[in-house]
Amino acid sequence: MKLLEIKNLRKRFDELEVLKDISLDVEEGQVVSVLGPSGSGKSTLLRCMSMLEKADGGTMTYCGKTAMSEKDGKSVFADKKTLKEIKSYYSLVFQNFNLFPHYTVLKNICDAPIHVMKRDKDEVIKEGRALLEKMGLSDKADYYPYQLSGGQQQRVAIARALNMKPRMLFFDEPTSALDPELTAEILKVLKELAAEKMTMMIVTHEIAFARSISDHVIFMDGGVIVEQGSPADVIDSPSNERTKAFLKKLEQ
Amino acid sequence: MMLADNIGFAQRLGSICSQLMSGVGASLLIFFLTLLFSLPLGLLVAFGRMSKFKPLSLLVKLYISVVRGTPLMLQLLVVFFGPFFLFGIRSTPEYRFYAVIIGFSLNYAAYFAEIYRSGIQAVPVGQHEACEILGYTPAQKFFKVVFPQMVKNILPSVTNEVITLVKDTSLAFAIAYTEMFTVAKQVAAKESTIMPLFVAGVFYYVFNFVVAFAMERLEKKMNFFR
Ligand SMILES: Nc1ncnc2c1ncn2[C@@H]1O[C@H](COP(=O)(O)OP(=O)(O)O)[C@@H](O)[C@H]1O
Ligand SMILES: [Mg+2]
Repeated sequence: MKLLEIKNLRKRFDELEVLKDISLDVEEGQVVSVLGPSGSGKSTLLRCMSMLEKADGGTMTYCGKTAMSEKDGKSVFADKKTLKEIKSYYSLVFQNFNLFPHYTVLKNICDAPIHVMKRDKDEVIKEGRALLEKMGLSDKADYYPYQLSGGQQQRVAIARALNMKPRMLFFDEPTSALDPELTAEILKVLKELAAEKMTMMIVTHEIAFARSISDHVIFMDGGVIVEQGSPADVIDSPSNERTKAFLKKLEQ
Repeated sequence: MMLADNIGFAQRLGSICSQLMSGVGASLLIFFLTLLFSLPLGLLVAFGRMSKFKPLSLLVKLYISVVRGTPLMLQLLVVFFGPFFLFGIRSTPEYRFYAVIIGFSLNYAAYFAEIYRSGIQAVPVGQHEACEILGYTPAQKFFKVVFPQMVKNILPSVTNEVITLVKDTSLAFAIAYTEMFTVAKQVAAKESTIMPLFVAGVFYYVFNFVVAFAMERLEKKMNFFR
């Protein structure tokens, strides 16, 4: 089943055309990695997909529900109720975590499920604690974000996203703000999620990680998808010159 | 001789203090009522200032700029005499007090509004985006996430304003509202001594000492997060 279907997505900032005709699908249980040089539009793509940014044109369909379509060259969004429903299908994990500094770890991951999803408080807290346990943070429930390392903060951010029970997760360079040893602990968590068949789309510069975890790899440059396919195709034997150049540069 | 002098001094100080006491209540009342009204009003003004509806934000910007660009004393006169000169309304004796509170509250709301605005704008964009992704309503986002961080951001600036307000209460004399400083001046003139003014100075200093102490406690309380 297709959880995400993007067709002909376009986005410009004034004169700058950042996304030009992007089309991609994400199947349930798939892990899709997005590679590409900085400035190629990867973040903008994730931000349009998570509707933090308003795309200019194209269609976006989540679990069969259309959030955005195009009419007479203009983007048309679904009604409020549908959008709210669609927004509950996904969550986004940021590069710099964006935890709430004035909430404890437990409150960070439980507040939205209780007050947005209106779920039972005790149940949410129980599940929140279980998630912390899974993230190796059960002793940190009452800590504030500033008392945690970057890697721990990012694990809390992932737990916060998971506690919303999304059907797919987007990650925008989840390890770029972290030291190498802390990067490893996040990559381990992502691997565990992949093993549980969590549907994920991950923007990353960790090529070895992308190769091992992904079912599908997308290489972007200059606002277009230059090449996409299996990790073996895109990473091990790229056919496009720009992909080759990018991968070679990363090797050095 | 010396003893008699000392007793005389103590008696005079005691009499001055008891005379000033009648004004202290008025000063405290101005202080607390101004805070009570201007702190929330400032938030509304800040919202108006940040409104996406241009005419509103420009109007509020003008209000803030006029209030900050003219003397508080002048504003008090306008609030007090305005109704009479503009509409011919005879002012009642109680209006003198209302005019003080209205004038002070409108003035301080403008200053607080600018402080709130800077405090709100200092909340990182990422906090707004996290709220957006988690599905918080705009009201939830404001009260749960923006407001607590704003309060932490603005406490030092608010302390400055509150300390200024303590001293500004003396400006109520402009429309002949009798607060402590007015009394001090009257006693000083009547008894030909500067001691009442000195005592008044001590009162403001002690008042502000307490204010600074309370605000410091509050700042420490907000240190539970960074
Ligand atoms: N809010 C914005 N306003 C204007 N230009 C932007 C904005 N966000 C991103 N851009 C530009 O869009 C291009 C793509 O940015 P981005 O999507 O962040 O790339 P990536 O994540 O691949 O590094 C860059 O040239 C960037 O400067
Ligand atoms: Mg980016």
